[in-house]
Amino acid sequence: MAISLIPDRKSEGRKILIENDKETIKGSVLVKRGFAHMQKHGVIMDVTNVEQAQIAEESGAVAVMVLDKLPYDVRKAGGVARTAGVKTIQDIMDSVSIPIMAKCRIGHISEAKMLETCGVDMVDESEVLTPADEENHIWKWNFTVPFVNGAKNLGEALRRIEEGTSMIRTKGEPGTGNVAEAVNHIKLLNREIRTVRSVYSDGDFQEMIKLSREFRVSLETVMEVGKLGRLPVVNFAAGGITTPSDAAFLMSLGCDGVFVGSGIFKSTDPSLRARAVVLATTFYDDEKILLEAQKMVDEKKSLVGLDTKNLDLRMQERGPLV
Amino acid sequence: MKKLRIGILGIQGDIEENSDAINEALKELQIEGSVIFLKNFTSVTEIDGLIIPGGESTVIGMLLFLQKVQLDLLKNKIQSGLPVLGTCAGLILLANKTYDKTVGETKQHLLEILDVTVERNAFGRQKDSFESKLNIPFLGEETFNGVFIRGPAITEIGEGVQILTKLDNKIVAVRQNNIIATSFHPELANDNRFHKSFLNMCLEYNNSKKN
Repeated sequence: MAISLIPDRKSEGRKILIENDKETIKGSVLVKRGFAHMQKHGVIMDVTNVEQAQIAEESGAVAVMVLDKLPYDVRKAGGVARTAGVKTIQDIMDSVSIPIMAKCRIGHISEAKMLETCGVDMVDESEVLTPADEENHIWKWNFTVPFVNGAKNLGEALRRIEEGTSMIRTKGEPGTGNVAEAVNHIKLLNREIRTVRSVYSDGDFQEMIKLSREFRVSLETVMEVGKLGRLPVVNFAAGGITTPSDAAFLMSLGCDGVFVGSGIFKSTDPSLRARAVVLATTFYDDEKILLEAQKMVDEKKSLVGLDTKNLDLRMQERGPLV
Repeated sequence: MKKLRIGILGIQGDIEENSDAINEALKELQIEGSVIFLKNFTSVTEIDGLIIPGGESTVIGMLLFLQKVQLDLLKNKIQSGLPVLGTCAGLILLANKTYDKTVGETKQHLLEILDVTVERNAFGRQKDSFESKLNIPFLGEETFNGVFIRGPAITEIGEGVQILTKLDNKIVAVRQNNIIATSFHPELANDNRFHKSFLNMCLEYNNSKKN
C-alpha cells in the first residue's frame, strides 16, 4: 500500500452514504491523504486575487493557496492576519481548474468550517496568520476537507498528523525570501526520522517508547515512521523559497514538493519565475534544465528579502507549543 | 525468463505509488522486471509499457509538451502497440478532448490518442472526493475499491473504445486496444489487479517485439 493509513480516527469528518446497497465514503483517511499525494513533485503558489491565480495555473502550479496578503505584506502591515475574503476565494474557484487551498488561523475551527463549506480543496492551518488559539490546534479528524500543517521538527509533524492533518510542510520563515530556515527544518526532520528508523530496525522497543514520549505522540505513530522510514503523509517544503534553485535544493533534500509564498508575486517577474520554479521542481536532478530554469529569472527582480536573525516577528514560533 | 521494463511518467503526481503497485504486481505474477522513471522520452523505445500517473493534468501536460520532438516518438510507439495505463490525470492526458464545468473547454495540452471526451472534476471538488466499490468484469467477480480524487468522467466514447465500468451512469474506466484509462486511482486501492492486467499486456507486447 502506497498510502499510509496510520493513524486513523474514524470521526465525523468521514461521511458514509448508502444508496441502493452501494456505499460511498467521503473524507476517509485514504481520500484525504490521497489528495495530498496528487500534489507530489508539484509547486503550490500563494495568490491573493484572480489574476495571480490565472498566472499560477498557466505557469504550471499544481494548486493555488489563497491569502488576503502575501506573507511579506503580512509582516509589513502588522496587526492581525486573518483568512482571505470569501468573495476572493469564490472568484478564484470560478476562474481556475486546479485545486484551491486557503489558510485559516491556527486553532480557528470556525474559519476552517467556513472554508470547508465554501468548497476549498485543502485548508492550511497556518502560522502566517495570527494564531486564534494558544492552547490547541484544530482537531482535524472532524473535517471532510483535508488539512496541511507546518512543522519544524519530527515531533511537531507527528502531533499534527495525530490531530488529523493530511500533509506536512516545513515552516521555514515565511515572507523573508530566505530559504535557510526551511532547510534547517527539513534537515532536522530527516535526521530525526533516521534515528527512529534505526531504533525501529534494531527492534529496540524501550527506546521506541522513549522516542514516543519525547515527541509526545502515540507509539503507533512512531512505529509507523520507523516502518516507512519517512512521514506517513506527504511532506512539502515551504517558507522563503524565492528562486528556481531554492526549489531544486529543497527537492534534493527529500521534500515531496514545494510551496512558494511571497517569492513569486513579490518579485517583478512573476510569470517567468513561476514557470521557472515549476521546471526546477520537476527537474531538480537535471543540471542542464536547472540552469535553463535559473536563466529565466533575473536576480535583480527577486524579492530582496529580510534578515531572518533580526525579525520583529518569527512566524515559526507562533501557535500552541504542543 | 523475460525482463520487463515498465516506464512511469515521472513529471508530477503519484509516481512512487504506481511504482510500488507495479513492483508488488511483478512479485505476485513472478515476472522479472523493473521500473524506470521517465521525465523525457529518449528511452521510450526500451520500455514494454508506460504508466501515466495521477496528479494535475495541466501541469504534466505543460511540462510534457516542452519536448515536442520526443512526443511524436511516444505517440508513434503507443499507436504501434505500446501498452499504456493512465489513471485520473493520465486519462485526461490521453483523451481527445476535455472540459470542466466551471471554466468550460480547458485549454490544455493533450496527447489526443484515446478516442474519448473527458469532463474534468466531474464528481466535484475535494470535499466530494470518495471511495466506492466498483464492479469491473474485466478484473473478475470481486469488486474493486475505486478511489476518486477530484476525479474526471468520460462523457463520450469513440467506436473502438470498450467500457470497463460505470458509476452512477458515468463511464469511469475504458480500454482502447493497448490503452487502459481510469477516472480513479487503482494505485491507491491496495489491490493490484489493474496493474497485473497491465503487466500481462506488457508481457504480450514484449513477446510480439521479439518475434
